[in-house]
Amino acid sequence: MSIEHRDDTGARFGMWLFLYTEVILFSGLFILYAVSLAKYPHQFAEASHKLNIYFGSINTLVLLTSSLTIALAITAIQRNQIKPTLILCGVTVGLGALFMVNKYFEWSMEISHGIYPGSEHLAEMGNGITTFFNLYYFTAGLHGLHVVLGGSLIAVVAVLVAKGKVTAERYTLLENSALYWHLVDLVWIFLFPLYYLIL
Amino acid sequence: MSDSTLANSGFYSEGPRSGILGWLLSTDHKRIGIMYLSCIVAMFLVAVGLGLAIRLELIAPGQDIMGPQTYNATFTVHGIIMIFLFVIPSIPAAFGNLVLPIQIGARDVSFPKVNLLSWYCYIIGGLLAAIAVFSGGAPDTGWTFYVPFSTQTSTNVSLAAFGAFMLGMSSILTGINFVTTIHRLRAEGMTWGRLPLLVWTLYATAWIQILATPMLGITLLLVILERFFGAGLFDAARGGDPILYQHLFWIYSHPAVYIMILPGMGVISEIIPVFSRKPLFGYWAMALSSLAIAFAGSLVWAHHMYASGMSDFAILVFSLLTFIVAIPSAIKIFNWVSTLYKGSIELAPPMLYALAFIFNFAIGGLGGLALGAAASDIHLHDTTFVVGHFHYTMFGGTGFAFFAALHYWLPKFTGRMYNHKIAFIAWGLLFVGFNVTYMAMQAVGIQGMPRRYYDYLPEFHTLNLVATVGSWVLALGLALMFINLWRGIRSGRPIKKNPWGGATLEWQIPSPPPMENFGEEDPVVTSGPYEFKGVTADEY
Repeated sequence: MSIEHRDDTGARFGMWLFLYTEVILFSGLFILYAVSLAKYPHQFAEASHKLNIYFGSINTLVLLTSSLTIALAITAIQRNQIKPTLILCGVTVGLGALFMVNKYFEWSMEISHGIYPGSEHLAEMGNGITTFFNLYYFTAGLHGLHVVLGGSLIAVVAVLVAKGKVTAERYTLLENSALYWHLVDLVWIFLFPLYYLIL
Repeated sequence: MSDSTLANSGFYSEGPRSGILGWLLSTDHKRIGIMYLSCIVAMFLVAVGLGLAIRLELIAPGQDIMGPQTYNATFTVHGIIMIFLFVIPSIPAAFGNLVLPIQIGARDVSFPKVNLLSWYCYIIGGLLAAIAVFSGGAPDTGWTFYVPFSTQTSTNVSLAAFGAFMLGMSSILTGINFVTTIHRLRAEGMTWGRLPLLVWTLYATAWIQILATPMLGITLLLVILERFFGAGLFDAARGGDPILYQHLFWIYSHPAVYIMILPGMGVISEIIPVFSRKPLFGYWAMALSSLAIAFAGSLVWAHHMYASGMSDFAILVFSLLTFIVAIPSAIKIFNWVSTLYKGSIELAPPMLYALAFIFNFAIGGLGGLALGAAASDIHLHDTTFVVGHFHYTMFGGTGFAFFAALHYWLPKFTGRMYNHKIAFIAWGLLFVGFNVTYMAMQAVGIQGMPRRYYDYLPEFHTLNLVATVGSWVLALGLALMFINLWRGIRSGRPIKKNPWGGATLEWQIPSPPPMENFGEEDPVVTSGPYEFKGVTADEY
């Protein structure tokens, strides 16, 4: 068998590189947003006002809280407190789920108003507004996919914590999952003002 | 230990599992490298077959062997396979995995499991592309998936695009792995100034893979979403912008051509000093010019779009930036030639391929300047000159570097040497066939023959005929080369550690290398990669 080789710094380094690729992935959509905003400033403002700011604000609070709980989970595992670690991971996953439920109601409402990519109602509203909602759905959809992936990742790591595979001595896996979760949070921090607030 | 027979089968006989699972579940960088190599060569042969079919269709005006729809599908699939399944992973994924950890004195890459995952992403991507070809109409958009056609055609674009997305994932994971490995796992004494040039170029490549590939990912996802929802993000009639697609696509795909060529340059930089018995001329210039190419190459994407209706000012800026890339590229060419100067040159097969690389790449690079200048590009845009130029850099460049790497490192990893005489003949056929094919293609392009048409005007007949005959010579050379290599692997003479007299670390361990590369003790490096004093080649 191979000789035990472990490089926590290397693992973190690799995770940061991976997070960078995620930033670039989303940046493609942000570029589209910037270009379209320059082209249709008034339509973007009009479309932005159609979004329900309460849904967005609650989701922002939910995600920020979940970032806090996962950060606390790392402190807990560093102090070898297994039970609090598990609870905090559970709360994080739960808040992620809450975010998705909230999103489900928000999107259902908008779809029931006939606002979704490719809908006739949206096409009637005119060019810039269509672009705004297309980008809104694609960006938030991709972000939602990342919430699901990040939540699943944390759930898996929580199982490993329970099994004693992730411990106070080797918790890089939990730390990297938390980094991923923070990235998901960070993307939302940009997404929320761009679509709900500033226009 | 006796090195004269192949009693030592190295990593082929070691490992926790035996049989096919020993390969499919292996996290050993050498096994993964061999798996990549086998798949990549298989994909290459398929795409060569398609390329020959394209040339055969163009042998005479009118319909010869296929109709327009089949022709469109053929060049699309040829492009997708060659770009995403052969050229991009060719040297980084196959030889990077095989050689890089050994060259820096490591036991493996930083993330062996991720390395295996990247191979599976490659396989899944390849399978999806294959399914796209054989079910519901092969994609006919060209490998660039340009909108609006790619969002409207009824062929299987979504699946092919998702296949390319998976291949991008594979490429990203390899890039992350290599950057981390080079930062974290260098052996004691392996300073940045002692890194072999292949490692430097793979490092630059890995950064482009990390920085640029996600952009392709999001672009392809958008194409797929457009096809499903018909949202119209790239549809001018609904307020979208098709030019934006081209920008997004080339932000990745232009840097990607440096993903394709840089590792090839690294291979050449390894081979030329060894067969000149001289240190590489201008080590730091070579190392830093790799990074400079990676950096400058990320800023030139819109030179693919001079004819797209972009503003004149943008054309001017991108034309200037494009010319800047020529500087580090020329530094490399001049330094290789300076390394040869007054060297004790041995024309072994790897060296012949390396010299052919310099010749071909110089022509391809100069053709690139003709395309980078906006004025001449307006004339040459979308002609077969572009196709010829691209093949001069990608086939004459990366392809020949890949063949050079095969002739240089396969003996190391199989423990056996191929027949040199046949290798010479195959090289001659390849070199002549290649130049006849693509020089004719460039010439007919200057005369105005457009690319991507299955039919053409009668005045282009002669040069097209020449190109098609050239492609047969090329195919013959390829066949001979692969048969020779295959026979070498099966029954060639066994070799010792260092058949070429290389000074890098891989030549100091047995052929084929053992499981953990260096045994119990990690190596300590005390000299640079091209210090040949006291290094001699073993007889074989």
